[in-house]
Amino acid sequence: MSQYIQNFKKFEPLLRELVGRDIKIKYRRSVLGVLWTLLNPLFMMIVLSVVFSNLFKFEIENFPLYLLSGQVVFNFFSESTTSSMSAIIANASLIKKVYVPKYLFVLSRVFSIFINLMASFSALLLVMVAMRTELHWTVLLVPVPLLLLVGFSLGVGLILSAITVKFRDIIHLYSVFTTALMYLTPVIYPMSILPSWLYPIVRLNPITNILMMFRDVMLHNKILDPVSLLVAVVETLLVLAAGLFVFYRNQDEFILNI
Amino acid sequence: MDRPVMIQVDHVSMKFNLSSEKFDSFKEYVIKSIKRQVSYDEFWALKDVSFEVYKGDALGLIGLNGSGKSTMLKTIAGVLKPTKGSVQVYGSMAPLIELGAGFDMDLTAKENVFLNGAILGYRREEMEQFYADIVQFSELENFMHVPVKNFSSGMVSRLAFAIATIGTPDILIVDEVLSVGDFLFQQKCEARIRSMMEKGTTILFVSHSIDQVKRLCNRIVWLDHGNVKMLGDTASICSQYIQSQG
Repeated sequence: MSQYIQNFKKFEPLLRELVGRDIKIKYRRSVLGVLWTLLNPLFMMIVLSVVFSNLFKFEIENFPLYLLSGQVVFNFFSESTTSSMSAIIANASLIKKVYVPKYLFVLSRVFSIFINLMASFSALLLVMVAMRTELHWTVLLVPVPLLLLVGFSLGVGLILSAITVKFRDIIHLYSVFTTALMYLTPVIYPMSILPSWLYPIVRLNPITNILMMFRDVMLHNKILDPVSLLVAVVETLLVLAAGLFVFYRNQDEFILNI
Repeated sequence: MDRPVMIQVDHVSMKFNLSSEKFDSFKEYVIKSIKRQVSYDEFWALKDVSFEVYKGDALGLIGLNGSGKSTMLKTIAGVLKPTKGSVQVYGSMAPLIELGAGFDMDLTAKENVFLNGAILGYRREEMEQFYADIVQFSELENFMHVPVKNFSSGMVSRLAFAIATIGTPDILIVDEVLSVGDFLFQQKCEARIRSMMEKGTTILFVSHSIDQVKRLCNRIVWLDHGNVKMLGDTASICSQYIQSQG
């Protein structure tokens, strides 16, 4: 164990450089640069809330906030997993030549999307202030669902990145999967409109659970529900363990397939 | 031998499965494995190779194409895990395997210096100290803010060589990299490798140019189809190698 920590410490500067690279390349040659991470979710929120508050009328107060908070959480999951999926293949030239702990590439992708998450989270706070909604003290609990979200996404990302090395089909399949998953997560609709047969399915979705905790502390002035919290912690730990297991089982064979 | 062992290669064998049919999709794989049509041709790139490298040695790996030189280097660098046997490396290692492998083409030269330094395990502050030296050695003063994708291959290799040879790693791996760049730069690189040797760096050197091997190395491992054909002093092996080439 201490050997792993030592190794991680040695390569910690690399992790930093990799995260920096991801962000630099993403906004290279754009005038507004990193500001886009803040503007993008704002624009998306405006479009979607105009569409949905005119087309479908949901009984939700502060629909824009409801929507934006859903997007912040769900987009992090879908972007970080999609991005980690290609982490190993995209760094093939490096992995083939130099010894670097391979999980670093997945970790760096998740971290750089996490920086995006921080930006879109500030967008959410800005909107809350602009709309003069009350900021409750429960907001201070927000690191808990966010941390669970990052852990869960990292676990899924590790599994995806390892499988993708062998089967490139996953890349094409996964975008369909995330679209389906988005509709199985109450991002744009309230849980109350779900028919009774669908309700348990949506409720069992781990992202739903985390999203509901996120909304509770951000918007609803509720502290975390202990049962939800326990379920989320167990799910996150399980997925992380599975991710590490799959990744370590396969990592020596990456080089033969990339 | 009283000098400490830096690299111990112990009965290393490396097997590759050359799948006779390639499948990239899951469907194909499932169907073929159910039908038990997945067949592999075994290929042993290295067969029971053992040797030691001592501190201060400059070991040359020679052999024809496909003799397993690159596979050997990759197992030493820790990129490949040997199928059998083990490789022990004592000390820090700077791999110079194929120049520019760690470059991101979209980043500028300056940004790549820090990225590549991190791959070699240097912190940002350390790299800042080396930065002036890297710029000066690679002779790229005017191009440090240009994305590397606009560089010529000679420029890329100059930059990569300058980065990989900063500091004094315990072991430097040089794979076919001195064949790039012009004559003057090649001399400069050789001079730098020599000065690193004087500081006690152990060198692993792969080249097809037997003259370069002769000039730099004091010991040689001759690989032939994955076997160690000969192992020993430069002078005697080189002459036999040249003879075998006819």
